[in-house]
Amino acid sequence: MINKIADTVAEALDGTPDGATVLIGGFGTAGIPNELIEGLITQGARDLTVVNNNAGNGDTGLAALLKAGRVRKIICSFPRQADSHVFDALYRSGSIVLELVPQGNLAERLRAAGAGIGAFFTPTGYGTQLALQTDGSPKETRVIDGRPHVLETPLHGDLALIKAERGDRWGNLTYRMAARNFGPVMATAARRTVATVHEIAELGTLDPETIVTPGIFVDRIVRIDRTATQGGGFKPA
Amino acid sequence: MNTLYKPRSKDDLARRVAQDIFDGAIVNLGIGMPTLVANHIPAGREVVLHSENGILGMGPAPAAGAEDYDLINAGKQPVTLLPGGAFFHHADSFAMMRGGHIDICVLGAFQVSTTGDLANWSTGEAGAIPAVGGAMDLATGARQTWVMMDLLTKQGVSKIVERCTYPLTGIGCVKRIYTDLATFECTANGLQLTDSVEGIGHQDLEALVGARLSPAR
Repeated sequence: MINKIADTVAEALDGTPDGATVLIGGFGTAGIPNELIEGLITQGARDLTVVNNNAGNGDTGLAALLKAGRVRKIICSFPRQADSHVFDALYRSGSIVLELVPQGNLAERLRAAGAGIGAFFTPTGYGTQLALQTDGSPKETRVIDGRPHVLETPLHGDLALIKAERGDRWGNLTYRMAARNFGPVMATAARRTVATVHEIAELGTLDPETIVTPGIFVDRIVRIDRTATQGGGFKPA
Repeated sequence: MNTLYKPRSKDDLARRVAQDIFDGAIVNLGIGMPTLVANHIPAGREVVLHSENGILGMGPAPAAGAEDYDLINAGKQPVTLLPGGAFFHHADSFAMMRGGHIDICVLGAFQVSTTGDLANWSTGEAGAIPAVGGAMDLATGARQTWVMMDLLTKQGVSKIVERCTYPLTGIGCVKRIYTDLATFECTANGLQLTDSVEGIGHQDLEALVGARLSPAR
């Protein structure tokens, strides 16, 4: 029998190795799997490479993981926000490596990883500082149909942490509004995907027409209580 | 030079941009000033707003107390969903932006060159924390990229330049520049002046921008 339901976050995250690349869903605070990030802090893996759109808000969730000193490198598109003070301090003191990636390249590099694509050419970033490798040398380019493109490589994760809405024991997932964001594409790109849900549905009761992430991309789901998503990432008016 | 002109207010500038958005357009508005454009879409035009974090059919801010922070815009502020709206994941959202499915994007800018190069993500200052978000994808992938900005910096220096000195977002990607003093079209033959506020002359603008402006058609 297939049963991907874990009773606890600790059980779902057991065995996460040091040095892992962890894909963390979310955009600002929407879709951030706070309970799984807290579980990762407790679990203790260190020297992590984290992939997220941002670099943490306030002092909780991803910011808490950074503050705990567990993250060696962050790959993201928009680290600087009104409340990214934890990241800002680590970056300014040279305590964290930043790989800044245009957001669409981030999404497509994850998609490529999940779909078995070796690399892809995109016009995004051509002629800019973000068309450079981490060592400063230029990425490969090619003119396709008269337009210059940059070669981008897939971004694989050892672990993906996703916040979903409902799930079943096969790992099928639905999401809530714009909290979906990176969840589905990250679920495809990691060797192991763990999702939280607010409700575990009996197998067969999720409408197959509305399942966004099929269970094939999911390894463990954990039910957590619903708490309203707190705003973050902007200056209140 | 003549200083009897009155610059467009932020809302006037947003109204000027909105005037050019056609009925049925799919539009992405950048963070900051471009967001104001949504408030000025002329009556009778149905415009679908796209938000990079997975929303089509984005509506205005909710009433106080009705905020749901699972429903936010690219600036992370609470929004609403209009009837007909849809949610989708990031790879689909950026396929829309990079695959030429967005009709118009309106972005802010630090600098735009006369040939449409855009610099809007980094000032390149030492110690500054860079952040790009979806700017490069939009600038390069939307069918039309429009810039909305004040023509001059606080120090009075033109933000339209012969060559950008700030780090580039994209090359030759800007089609139109809407400013508080005038509207310009970037063409292969350089900048064209589309309109200007009352009281500022063609030569005044050429002097401010430091480039020859071909007259409005």
